[in-house]
Amino acid sequence: MDGQGAHAYWVIVFTFFTAMVLAVLPLPAWLAWGRPEWVALTLIYWVIALPHRVGITTAVLLGILLDVSEGAVIGQNAFALVSVALLALLLYQRLRVFSLWQQSAVVFVLVGINQMVCQWVQSLEGAGAQTMLFLLPAVSSALLWPFVLHSLRGLRRYYQVS
Amino acid sequence: MLVTLLLVGLLAADLRFNALQTTRSALEVVAAPVYWVSDIPSRVSDWNQEHLVLRDELLEQNEQLRQENLVLQGRSLQMSSLQAENVRLRALLNSSALLRDDVLVAELIGVSPDPVRHQLVLNKGSNDGVFVGQPLIDADGLLGQIVEVSPINARALLITDATHSIPVQVNRNGVRAIAEGTGSLTLLEVHHVSATTDIREGDLLVSSGLGGRFPVGYPVAVVNEIERDPGEAFARITATPSAALERSRHVLLVFTSKPAGEN
Repeated sequence: MDGQGAHAYWVIVFTFFTAMVLAVLPLPAWLAWGRPEWVALTLIYWVIALPHRVGITTAVLLGILLDVSEGAVIGQNAFALVSVALLALLLYQRLRVFSLWQQSAVVFVLVGINQMVCQWVQSLEGAGAQTMLFLLPAVSSALLWPFVLHSLRGLRRYYQVS
Repeated sequence: MLVTLLLVGLLAADLRFNALQTTRSALEVVAAPVYWVSDIPSRVSDWNQEHLVLRDELLEQNEQLRQENLVLQGRSLQMSSLQAENVRLRALLNSSALLRDDVLVAELIGVSPDPVRHQLVLNKGSNDGVFVGQPLIDADGLLGQIVEVSPINARALLITDATHSIPVQVNRNGVRAIAEGTGSLTLLEVHHVSATTDIREGDLLVSSGLGGRFPVGYPVAVVNEIERDPGEAFARITATPSAALERSRHVLLVFTSKPAGEN
C-alpha cells in the first residue's frame, strides 16, 4: 500500500513537470497566442480525479513555480490557478458525470478565468495584451481537453494512482 | 481567504517593492530543469547540423568563412590607427578615452512563453559574472538588459517589451530621445520628440549612454516612419530594432569597462 502511495506521487509530479515543460517550450510566433494552458489543464484533471490529494495548496505551489519559469510577477499564475482549482473543487462531482464535450465547455470557462486573472495582473504591471487574443488559450485548451483527459486517465489507471 | 491574502501580499511585494529578488533567483534554480528539458529539441537539431553534414558542405563553408575572415581582417587593419587617432582627438577635446568593452558569449535556452512578455533565458548566470542591469547585444545591435540572475541562468528583458525604455540618440546629428518598447517584436516608439526636431526616416538610433545603464554607441533601431501632425506638440516616430530579436541563438553580454556615459 505504501509503495503504491509513493508511486502515485511520482506520477502526479511527473505530469505536472511535463505540463511545465510544455508551457515554456518555444513556439513559432503565429502559434504563440494560442498556446494551451497545459498546467491548468493538468491541474483540472487531477482535481477532478483526486480532490482529496490535489487542491489549493498544489495550485499555489505550481502557480509560483510557473511564475518563476515564465518570468511573470510572483503571484500572477498562483492567483489564476487557485481560482481554477477552487472552482474545479466546487464542481468536481458534477464534472465527473458530464459528457466529454460538456466537460470541454467547463474547461473553456475555467481556462478563460485563468487567462482573465493573468491579464488583470499584467495590466497592473503595465504589460497587458492590447487585443482579446489572450483568450485564445481557452479555446485551444478546451479542444485539447479530451486528449489530456484520456492520456492522464490512462496514466492514473495504469499506475493505480489514488 | 488566507490564501488570497498571502497571494495579494506576494503580488504587492514583487510588483511594488521588488522584495522577492533573492527568492526569485533561488526558485529560478528549481525552474532550470524545466528549461533544460524544453531546450532538448533545439540541442538535437544543433547536434544534427554539426555532425550530420556532408564533407563537401563543410569544405564549402570553410572556404566561405576563410574569405569572410580575410575581408574582416582587412577592414580591421585600419582599425588600430583609427583608434589611436580617435584617442588623440578625444584628448584634444578634453574627454576621456573610449575603452573597448569585454563581452561574454551566452546561448539562448528559452524565450518567454507569454507573447506580451519579451524575455529571454540565457545559459550564463552569476557564476560567470553576469549581473542585473548588464546590457545584451547581438551582431546587429542592442537586444536588451539582464533583469534577473541565478547562479546558472539569467533572464533578459528585450528592448521591445512594453515595460522597457532606452535612451538613444540619432547617429547623424546626436539628437537625444527615448525609445520605448511596444510589445511588438518589430516596433519601437520614440516619444517626446518635438515636431521641429531634425530627425528623418532611415536615421540610425544608437544608445546614448545617458542613464548609465547601456554603453554608448551600440545601434538600437532604424527610424521607420515619422508622422508630424501640426495639431500635436510631438512627432509620432516609430522605429525598427536593428538586432535580430526573434532570431538570435547566441548573444553577447557586455562588460563595460566603466560606467557608461561618464565621458
